[in-house]
Amino acid sequence: MKKNLFLIILFYVILKPSISFSLVEIDITRGNLDPMPISVSPFFSDKITDENIKKNLNIENLGLEISKVIENNLEKTGLFDAIEKEAFLQKPDIAHLKPRFEDWALIKSQVLITGKVTSKIINEKDYINIEFKLWDVLGAKMVDGFSLTTTPRSWRRVGHKISDKVYERLTGESGYFDTRIIYVAEEGPKTQRIKKLALMDQDGFNTKYITLGSELVLTPRFNPANDKEITYMSYFRNMPRVYIVNLQTGEQKVVGDFRGMTFAPRFSPDGKKLIMSLAKDGNSEIWVRNLETNIQEKLTDHPSIDTSPSYSPDGKFITFNSDRSGYQQIYVMRSDGSKVKRISFGKGIYGTPVWSPRGDLIAFTKLHKGKFFIGVMRTDGTGERLLTENFYQEAPSWSPNGRIIIFYRETKTDDKGQGFSAKLWSIDLTGYNERLVSTETDASDPSWSSLLGN
Amino acid sequence: MNLSKILKNVLLVVLFGLIVTACATKKSVKTTTESTTTKAAETQSETQKADPIEKLDALMQGDVYIGSDTVGELASGVPDRVFFATNETILTTASRETLRKQAAWLRQNSDVTVVVEGHADERGTREYNLALGERRANAAKDYLMTYGVSSDRIKVLSYGKERPVDSGSNPLSWSKNRRSVTVKAN
Repeated sequence: MKKNLFLIILFYVILKPSISFSLVEIDITRGNLDPMPISVSPFFSDKITDENIKKNLNIENLGLEISKVIENNLEKTGLFDAIEKEAFLQKPDIAHLKPRFEDWALIKSQVLITGKVTSKIINEKDYINIEFKLWDVLGAKMVDGFSLTTTPRSWRRVGHKISDKVYERLTGESGYFDTRIIYVAEEGPKTQRIKKLALMDQDGFNTKYITLGSELVLTPRFNPANDKEITYMSYFRNMPRVYIVNLQTGEQKVVGDFRGMTFAPRFSPDGKKLIMSLAKDGNSEIWVRNLETNIQEKLTDHPSIDTSPSYSPDGKFITFNSDRSGYQQIYVMRSDGSKVKRISFGKGIYGTPVWSPRGDLIAFTKLHKGKFFIGVMRTDGTGERLLTENFYQEAPSWSPNGRIIIFYRETKTDDKGQGFSAKLWSIDLTGYNERLVSTETDASDPSWSSLLGN
Repeated sequence: MNLSKILKNVLLVVLFGLIVTACATKKSVKTTTESTTTKAAETQSETQKADPIEKLDALMQGDVYIGSDTVGELASGVPDRVFFATNETILTTASRETLRKQAAWLRQNSDVTVVVEGHADERGTREYNLALGERRANAAKDYLMTYGVSSDRIKVLSYGKERPVDSGSNPLSWSKNRRSVTVKAN
């Protein structure tokens, strides 16, 4: 099954020359002040391929669609500026063979992406092979490329994998395009919201609804070690509990046997443990459950509210929020519950700490003077930086490369209580490039997957 | 000399007059406010006409809701809900009175079981609000137990900020949403 999904035929056409770094490179640590002009040529295909694809996918020009996926991904980073295809002087097939670099330099393109789609039949089943090349226009040479074979319906993923390759090559950072986002899809009036779990590709396509909306569901989160597994909280039978769902089989199970509400779940980085809160008799504590041994253990012991736990990427520490000082603040402790230390000391209240996958920062929500902020601080609480301010926003989640934060934002209603909406937004760690993340319905509680496996 | 003395006297008289008027004005303003407030509290139609600030005075004490809008009945004459201050789980005097009524009714109707639902306003993070709702519901439950309702008749269920009764984005709406509601379960 897995093999069928993604048969990767590896050919890095060109050796990766170390010198090619010198010409095209982007510094992504500063804002998007000067996006790099880039051309994504439509991928070309022959007539037989076109007919096969039309039959399989009902798409007229798959090569063009793939180039649009890549273009869209790269443009949304704010680091690239895609040149209009009408300006291109060279045909896709010839450009892919050997570009006339002067033609691309003439339209001010620094980087060129070309490609080719070919249909294939393996064991009487239809496949497509997609080949791509990345060209340095100024250096007049090819700098990267690969070719892979997959089932026709996985074509968008190939577009994402190409985007990742380009991003990695040009920024030196790992990519984040071949990923998914799990979130809560919302509909209906504010007082009677209907909520469903929804899964979509990072760019908003291929949305699937995992639950039907018959019960309240909240805070889904990916297992960072297994992109086929999520945890979330459901009010099934009016018993608010934490569940784990296998996205492939649809199988789901309640986590642990707790008397009381379990909520705020998150996996450990290796996916073998789950941390969450248990609220019982008016007190919320943080618990960990080992998913292999089924042993569960209480980590905090304080009459205040302790919740929203998140592991450090090495699994050694846990950050959480607690109101033990009187107001919600951020704390860090060892993953066995020892050495609890408060780290947030700024003005306002602090919640929802989430450890960056790089390990050096903690993203958080802050409420100060009636405004909500998403910000980051170092893991010792120093270097607080607020990225965005709004009427209401919370629940930051990191892109797998730790460069982008996705969160949700709710609008203020008018005098009649109308005009409520909830949407997903993303912002770069730099504080630039704030964007609405398109979803079919209203949305909240986003969680970003790791780069997808095969 | 004479002239200046006369002037001084005149000035004093004028000044005195001013002070008296000022006092009188202050007093009369205050009286008006008080009477409006009392009236507003008495009838709801009046409240709607009153200006926003006076309306809030009548419907909120501190930031705890004290009005009757959205309040339902657990039984005849027994209000179903109590309200909380921001981030608080402390029961106010009015809340305790309501809960004593609920407890008295529950003692008389010993076959009834209830769910105490705990709620928070929208001005907090989702997970913290779930915990806060659970705390509020338990504050109400504990009080009912103190007044003789056995714990096995009371379940608690926190909804956090998920089920507001008022969709407004203003202090009055938020105060109505910070609540625990006692609901018959059978």
